[in-house]
Amino acid sequence: MAIDNGASPSAAPEPPSDAPPKDLVMRLWRGDASGGRFQDFHVAPQEGEVVLDVVHRIQATQAPDLAVRWNCKAGKCGSCSAEINGRPALMCMTRMSTLPTDQPVTVSPMRAFPIMRDLVTDVSYNFEVAKLIPAFKPGPRDPDGLHRMAQVDIDRGQEFHKCIECFLCQNVCHVIRDHEENKPRYAGPRFFVRLAELEMHPLDTLDRRDYIHEDMGIGYCNITKCCTEVCPEDIHITDNAIIPLKERIVDSRYDPVAWLGRKIAGRPAPLRASEARKHTGAAHAQAGPSAAAPDAVSERPDDSGPVAPEPGDGD
Amino acid sequence: MTDSERYNFDVVVIGAGGAGLRAAIEAREMGARTALVCKSLLGKAHTVMAEGGIAAALGSVWPEDNWEVHFRDTMRGGKMLNNWRMAQIHALESPDRVLELEEWGALFDRTPDGRILQRDFGGHRYARLAHVGDRTGLEMIRALQHRAVSIGIDVFMECKIVRLLQDDAGAVNGAVGFWRETGRFVTFGAKAIVLATGGLGKAWKFTTNSWECTGDGMALALWAGADLIDMEAIQFHPTGMVWPPSARGLLVTEGVRGDGGVLKNRDGERFMFNYISPFFAAETAETIEEGDQWYTNKKDFRRPPELLPRDEVARAINSEVKAGRGSPHGGVFLDIASRRTPEEIRRLLPSMYHQFKELADIDITTTPMEVGPTCHYAMGGVRVEADTEATTVAGLYAAGEAAGGMHGSNRLGGNSLSDLVVFGRRAGLAAAERALEIPGAPEVSKTQVADVTRHATSYFANEGTEDAYAVHRDLQETMQALVGIIRIESELLEAKEKLAVLAERASKCAVEGNLQFNPGWHLALDLESMLAVSNCTTLSAIERRESRGGHTRDDYPGFRPEFENVNMIARLVDGDYVVAQEPKPQMPDELARLFEEGAH
Repeated sequence: MAIDNGASPSAAPEPPSDAPPKDLVMRLWRGDASGGRFQDFHVAPQEGEVVLDVVHRIQATQAPDLAVRWNCKAGKCGSCSAEINGRPALMCMTRMSTLPTDQPVTVSPMRAFPIMRDLVTDVSYNFEVAKLIPAFKPGPRDPDGLHRMAQVDIDRGQEFHKCIECFLCQNVCHVIRDHEENKPRYAGPRFFVRLAELEMHPLDTLDRRDYIHEDMGIGYCNITKCCTEVCPEDIHITDNAIIPLKERIVDSRYDPVAWLGRKIAGRPAPLRASEARKHTGAAHAQAGPSAAAPDAVSERPDDSGPVAPEPGDGD
Repeated sequence: MTDSERYNFDVVVIGAGGAGLRAAIEAREMGARTALVCKSLLGKAHTVMAEGGIAAALGSVWPEDNWEVHFRDTMRGGKMLNNWRMAQIHALESPDRVLELEEWGALFDRTPDGRILQRDFGGHRYARLAHVGDRTGLEMIRALQHRAVSIGIDVFMECKIVRLLQDDAGAVNGAVGFWRETGRFVTFGAKAIVLATGGLGKAWKFTTNSWECTGDGMALALWAGADLIDMEAIQFHPTGMVWPPSARGLLVTEGVRGDGGVLKNRDGERFMFNYISPFFAAETAETIEEGDQWYTNKKDFRRPPELLPRDEVARAINSEVKAGRGSPHGGVFLDIASRRTPEEIRRLLPSMYHQFKELADIDITTTPMEVGPTCHYAMGGVRVEADTEATTVAGLYAAGEAAGGMHGSNRLGGNSLSDLVVFGRRAGLAAAERALEIPGAPEVSKTQVADVTRHATSYFANEGTEDAYAVHRDLQETMQALVGIIRIESELLEAKEKLAVLAERASKCAVEGNLQFNPGWHLALDLESMLAVSNCTTLSAIERRESRGGHTRDDYPGFRPEFENVNMIARLVDGDYVVAQEPKPQMPDELARLFEEGAH
């Protein structure tokens, strides 16, 4: 019953790149911070493979020092992000059968981050931003020692918690992809998702709205939805995280009642998620005064290249 | 080499999965200067792949549940080989650890009244697994990661530890590793070290494990003179993907069966009813009708045999395939499509839906999955004291999958995530207590550091054609074929000889390129760990001449009384792997009573 599953790498080393082309040409970027170039590798296709399988096969048979970052090969850890035929994706979840084989398959490192070596980039920027996020601060437990939350109040948070930190959303975000200089003042889509998850957490008591506006630079985001399009976990980054955060900030900063409330109380009352739905657009059904807000904030610019961001809520 | 980067800490935690993160948090909160060192980026550890849930007797779904029932389930699942005290601590403390994760931001699925929902899993009498759909490990690692970052723990990412350092008395006082990016070496002085490096699945061909699971912590402990325990006990998860070839071995969560999925052979028969061992007969349904009623009425009905512990189910699948009743690609069918609505399946098992859709082009809401056993978990590991996770070497602690004893010869699903946080915390606590009592800074031996770096870089000087990828492939073939789910003495002896040859070949691996992010070199060093643990597993498997849990001997079927009360202890003696039998600790009478007839 055992099948010849072909999982072991092909026994014979593949011929060097100047040999007559076989069925498949992989064009991989090789190099480091000082520069590099694409190198072609010829490999025989095998059934059911993903891009990472082919890269591993090249590593095992032709280029043992080919650097590639990966862990789980199951789409759960978000390590093997790259640009495949120019499209940002996880190598482990991109099946070869979905790519045209009559031309080389190019794999290059994520462009928004400095190159370490070959397909591996230095994503430490993201870990630095993570350190700046004001941590979760829950209120007290119920008298029996438990926290109670309704499933409906955590559905949105659970969507955000699906994030595997592949940083593909950061990679495609116009604000930093072509503007390294924006990194110090811009958290990026991954961390807007993180902030949204904290702001919408039913137990959280902190108010991060000024911080998100002033230090995390959410105003730079022009809602082009590039982040949403590349998310391998299908998180609705723009609609469910970024726009609701922008709305909250608008509400708190420019709503005279909220402004007065802040002056009197010092800070707005913590938002429970069940109330917050009117702020966040969670559950999609918009209700209340912010129903029209997406239109108000989302003058969606065209995608014709990098935006020149202006600070503030100019969107 | 002489001006290698150097840090001093009170506590150094190696490994940043659930156990390592929890240990580092505890040590830091105790006031110890703490470093967390990991081979990958933070948040990528194999813990993220845990799917089904974290076992804890919270009693939020079944109030009848309590720590004693959980303890009993765990011991019986482990075929009574477990360290009873670890199993007791685990059952007692896991509810608090789950609530603590919630306090740090985790969002578990909820019951209708807003408490933490719990799900059924194999071997657990009650629905006991707190979970988040089928991505519980990710939820857990993020909650711990955010906590660790928020309290300012120093994290050294993509840094591989090569060897531990020891003082003249043998106590651990540091570690040497290198940055994977640059290949530059770094030395950590430490008053206590916690090993939390996870498992060893990468020594097998078909495994659920990620590349990191190369047995590093077990090997580091062994090389430092520590004991390993019960290394023969390897869990083959019954349900891994079998097709497509490149996805072979990938985990299919036990949650599929917990949520109603059933196993069928080629003929559509629910074959698990033919494989109910006498050990579990009293608590397992005899008919399909009875089994199906258990999901909603646990008091009056017994659980279906699809939810027997993993070792039982894996052996049954193996037998069906061997008998020619398997699926087209050499597995069996796991069917949830006929048992739950598409909406329920997508809600309960979103990752599985996604995984099969993306990788196999199969819609699990309409089509049964093909599954078969895959190397999943090491029950064995570094021998530790139950209360402190101290190893047999002073200053060295171990927790999580790297440590052994807690799960006996077979681990129940859901008990590993709880193991990580229960014993990660205790290891961090004990390590910090030790470190804070030691004055001054650790003095590491420069000679030892130089020896380690010289050894680690020696692969670049090797000449010839041997390469690490080929040796690794042959090691995986060897372990898969000869030290797999069903074992026999002749094959184990053959494996032992092959491992000696592989070790010789591994030492001659020639590495191309330079020190900069060089996977060929990294693999050569990981092979040292994999070979060490593979030897311990093989020798322990030869020595245990019976079948128990995750160790099945074709030539010695069933339990044998002479092995009921012994652990297999593996250690290095003058450079040779040696395995000895030692009596297992005996549980006190008040706990033993829980296992008497009729006691639940």
